[in-house]
Amino acid sequence: MSAFNAIGDERDIDRDEYTPGLEPQPTWCPGCGDFGVLKALKQALPEVGRTPDETLVCTGIGCSGKLNSYLDTYGFHTIHGRSLPVARAAKLANPGVEVIAAGGDGDGYGIGGNHFMHTARENHDMTYIVFNNEIFGLTKGQTSPTSPKGHKSKTQPSGSAKTPIRPLSLGLTSGASYVARTAAVNPNQAKEIITEAIEHDGFAHIDFLTQCPTWNKDAKQYVPYVDIQDSDDYDHDVTDRREAAEMMHETEDLLYEGTVLTGRYYVDDDRPSYQEEKQAIGEMPEEPLAERYFDDDYEWERSADLLDRHK
Amino acid sequence: MTDNELIWRIAGGSGDGIDSTSQNFAKALMRSGLNVFTHRHYPSRIRGGHTYVEIRAAEDEVKSRGDGYNCLLALGDSFARNPQENAYYGNEETKPLSENLDELREGGIIVYDSGLLDTEEIPDFEERVEENDWHVFDIDLRGMAKEHGREVMRNTAGVGVTAALLDMDLDHIEDLMADAMGGDILEQNLQILQDAYDYTKEEYEFEHDLRVPTGDHEEEQVLLSGSNAIAYGALDEGCRFISGYPMTPWTDVFTIMSQNLPKFGGISEQVEDEIAAAALAVGASHAGVKAMSGSSGGGFALMSEPLGLAEMTETPVVLVEAMRAGPSTGMPTKPEQGDLEHVLYTSQGDSNRVVFAPGTVDEAYDQTRMAFKMAYEYQLPAIVIFDQKLSGENTNLDASFFDREPNPDPGSVMTEDEIAEAAHDASGKFHRFQHETDDGVSPRSLPGQKGGRYLATGNEHNPPGHISEDPENRVYQMDRRMQKLESIRTELDEEHETQQTYHGPDDAEYGIITWGSQQGAVEEAVDRLNDAGHSVKSIGVSDMMPFPEAEMTEFLESVDEALVVEMNATAQFRGLTQKELGLYGDKMTSLLKYNGNPFEPGEIVQGFEAEIDDSATDLATGTRVEPAAGD
Ligand SMILES: Cc1ncc(C[n+]2csc(CCOP(=O)(O)OP(=O)(O)O)c2C)c(N)n1
Ligand code: SF4
Repeated sequence: MSAFNAIGDERDIDRDEYTPGLEPQPTWCPGCGDFGVLKALKQALPEVGRTPDETLVCTGIGCSGKLNSYLDTYGFHTIHGRSLPVARAAKLANPGVEVIAAGGDGDGYGIGGNHFMHTARENHDMTYIVFNNEIFGLTKGQTSPTSPKGHKSKTQPSGSAKTPIRPLSLGLTSGASYVARTAAVNPNQAKEIITEAIEHDGFAHIDFLTQCPTWNKDAKQYVPYVDIQDSDDYDHDVTDRREAAEMMHETEDLLYEGTVLTGRYYVDDDRPSYQEEKQAIGEMPEEPLAERYFDDDYEWERSADLLDRHK
Repeated sequence: MTDNELIWRIAGGSGDGIDSTSQNFAKALMRSGLNVFTHRHYPSRIRGGHTYVEIRAAEDEVKSRGDGYNCLLALGDSFARNPQENAYYGNEETKPLSENLDELREGGIIVYDSGLLDTEEIPDFEERVEENDWHVFDIDLRGMAKEHGREVMRNTAGVGVTAALLDMDLDHIEDLMADAMGGDILEQNLQILQDAYDYTKEEYEFEHDLRVPTGDHEEEQVLLSGSNAIAYGALDEGCRFISGYPMTPWTDVFTIMSQNLPKFGGISEQVEDEIAAAALAVGASHAGVKAMSGSSGGGFALMSEPLGLAEMTETPVVLVEAMRAGPSTGMPTKPEQGDLEHVLYTSQGDSNRVVFAPGTVDEAYDQTRMAFKMAYEYQLPAIVIFDQKLSGENTNLDASFFDREPNPDPGSVMTEDEIAEAAHDASGKFHRFQHETDDGVSPRSLPGQKGGRYLATGNEHNPPGHISEDPENRVYQMDRRMQKLESIRTELDEEHETQQTYHGPDDAEYGIITWGSQQGAVEEAVDRLNDAGHSVKSIGVSDMMPFPEAEMTEFLESVDEALVVEMNATAQFRGLTQKELGLYGDKMTSLLKYNGNPFEPGEIVQGFEAEIDDSATDLATGTRVEPAAGD
């Protein structure tokens, strides 16, 4: 008998299963873009056939990090910037579990930037949603790595002298095999992209534009937006890394000029996931490791088997 | 001190094959029936730089490196490349000879490679030889090696010469060489070994009386280090996930695990930094795999946050801290016991973790297993703290010591049937952090288990895991987490034999208290002091948190005075003892050493005698007495 019967449960799943009545009510401000991510995720999960019990949502710290507090799955609300290392190890330990990580732009591109780069590089089979509101929300409005140059805040009173991070380009160059941008104001696309990202076999990075009406006043509801896949003005081959890079640069430049482009930018379905790479070199078991502890018939190797070299 | 002992030191440049040669030599001595103990000294350099390995071998048990040594094989540093003569590092080429003379005992033997070393360059060499009655053999080891093979094989020639001088059989050495190499290389080495042996026997008359001791083991022996023992303890406890980032001396454990885990169906991950390393171990454990990570001082500092996360989310995890001299990058290849307080209290909030400090190779194995057991039973982080000395020293153990059952039990994890019976919210969320428990432990579920959904969060939380700042819940949760430490103390006291190690007569007047790797040297010192007419016993303490209050109280009550021996400048363990017991400040004096070298038994004897006679001035250089409170 498996110890993880929720994994692979084939029944039809009702979206309400992800929010039974007793969940705490979101404490997000009225009009916050974070609601859009929660909603899109709740719609996407049943779509890909994942039950709450087989889903693990790991978050960092920030307004964004509260995502899994309002979502009735397994959840790990970790620490600021560290959702990815926790998430990717959980995936390696039990690949059957659907692992989704999420956090803010400060969390993911600032304090956790190093983990972002390396998790993308390894191409773990998981989805990473970054709530990009160009501000530190929870700590009350400080400049974030995606805030535009010149952005004034209490901690950068003369305006930021720093050029903002280019999240899409960073995801691509780091090695993510799926990179997209969507926005809370575009719920249909958001649901579609999250669904695709979860189904993608590799590291899927979604830069999710979430407006923060409380601290980022002059922003930016991210409307009007252009869905590049629906537009005749923009056209690139999403499987071509160079073309994708071009499109990303254009998108990232335009965002600060007021033109919001969203959609899928890069999709590489051929690249093996990290798990597959590790299995190919014999450094990862075929069976989920976590299962082994419940298998009474498994023969556990002992250190005594290694003593020959010490004699 | 056993009179009948060989302490053989091989010195050369790091990169010259000192490690492998000494490893084989130690094994050969072990196979011939002796007990062995190795000590490694090396600089923080990649190539070149003076290094030595010491092997102590005797029929009786050997617990430390001993004091000084009696046979030197000086190879010369073939990698020494100094831009200027005597620049910065001194004259590297001659160091293998000159640097080692101070500790060579009277009547000892020196074999040096006259192909690389010239005694003319060593000031006062002749005088010192005469003064100390040393027996010197200048042999062109490099020449011998070149004759049959390559220059690097001069190690082998050196071993052949020592074997001849000490009347040692070549059989074991030859067998070990045959295990390690083959073909031409093996042939050449065997030839060099035999030639060097024969040449020495023929050319020299031996006036020294040092011979290889004889001994006999009742059963098959294995030679291994503290790092090996930690790794093997982890493997036997079912650890199948390790994540790390290299840092000396933690790298040893990390390497051993990485080389074996894939074969054992496990996963090893070298990641971007130590924050990630510890966070990965937490993530893997959260998902149901027994996991470990670790580092040395600076890297462990980065693990502070994930460590606290494991405490708050009650995620079991084992972390290893291999200490080296600090602060900051400190001395990467030198031992110190300066991270105790760091390991006990690092991370915000009240500490709620287990910390064990094994004192010997066999304890390193046992206590790593115990650390996993406690971590997974009680759902909290457990730390094994040791140091560069125990990490690298090799000693022999009965092979049967490792004939143990593996323990794949993941501890207090529920089955799905049990989860179904357990408390849930009206909405179906499992009460992972329920208040009502016997021992503070609320059983957990794993992602993927039906009906076990909950939120693990580093914020304070209520039973189903929702973030909560409710004062009543806060106190419940806090008390429950802290209660686990009391339960662990009770379990350790009642169900397991003590993890502390006692030595010497029960009714002794004086006590020596130590922790971690200094245990062996202390025990030897205790024997010598008792032989010299003092009345002394020792305790080597392993349980740092939860602290063994009852045992320590009993020990301190039973003696008039106690000397606390540790390798740091601020008496960290003595401080811990006083903090935990709130008493005995006037009974404990510290003997401290923090110059990068571990205690030798003789220094502890001196420190003790100086303290008893109130003559602290007689201390060996590098040691310091810190008087008892009120003194
Ligand atoms: C190590 C650490 N540093 C700082 C903080 C304080 N902190 C909490 S959230 C946050 C920034 C949040 O900004 P962002 O990640 O963009 O998320 P948002 O709140 O905008 O969703 C900071 C600095 C922390 N919790 N931990
Ligand atoms: S502060 Fe900004 S990001 Fe946070 S909840 Fe309010 S609107 Fe959303």
